[in-house]
Amino acid sequence: MKLARFLLWEWRVVNSMAPPCQVRVPIASDGDIIVARQKGRALASELGFSSTDLVRIATAISELARNVLSYAARGEIRLEPVNCRNRSGIAIVASDAGPGIADVEQAMQDAFSTSGGLGLGLPGVRRLMDEFKIESTVGQGTTVSATKWCRR
Amino acid sequence: MMVPILKQGHFLIATIMAALSDEDMRQFREALLDRVVTSRASAVIIDVMAMDVLDSFATRTLREIAYMTKLRGARTVLVGVQPEVALTMVQLGLHLEGVATALDLEEGLAYLDRLNRRP
Repeated sequence: MKLARFLLWEWRVVNSMAPPCQVRVPIASDGDIIVARQKGRALASELGFSSTDLVRIATAISELARNVLSYAARGEIRLEPVNCRNRSGIAIVASDAGPGIADVEQAMQDAFSTSGGLGLGLPGVRRLMDEFKIESTVGQGTTVSATKWCRR
Repeated sequence: MMVPILKQGHFLIATIMAALSDEDMRQFREALLDRVVTSRASAVIIDVMAMDVLDSFATRTLREIAYMTKLRGARTVLVGVQPEVALTMVQLGLHLEGVATALDLEEGLAYLDRLNRRP
């Protein structure tokens, strides 16, 4: 009985301490864009982001997920809490095995697009987030990572 | 996800109640333009208060709606853009040029009334 109580207590403590963990959302249809941004918003809200940052994060996820869908047809959005020097934040990683970006510098310019979009996607996302990185290999795919830090 | 479109006098009022997928957004655009034609409406009010994200696709679709209704001789007024959403749109570099906006549905109706009363 004592052991059972101890285990229950321990289970509660471990549960209450468990940090919010990584979320992976496969992107294969336009409904998945909404799922990804809702999950990102929920995770960011748990991490204590302000309401303005929640909208910034959800919008960034929306843009990145749509890029995956329109350039590569399918891919994945990974959302994870990150920690660095007592700061907490959220990392969004959008990856696909699509055609890749031939000229990343050009893709980062406002008003450049090859799929008839607005061409604002990537530079806009960079402005919404604190850190931004693209890795792309033609014929192998693209990974965009963006991080937002929580203001205290 | 259906967006209810109500007719009030010469106006159509469309209230987006939740996040719309791209396909829902396209369907909404078609349905609204259809109603503009069949009802001979002189103005359309689109209430986006419940939208927590207005990304590049949603913004472009709203701009298209406004331009298409303009070609039919009707006005579009966008109401209920949340402050956080407005801030994010500006940072993202999204424009709604040529689309009239008002704070909420009430202000949107008042704006259209003022335009109608003008000789």
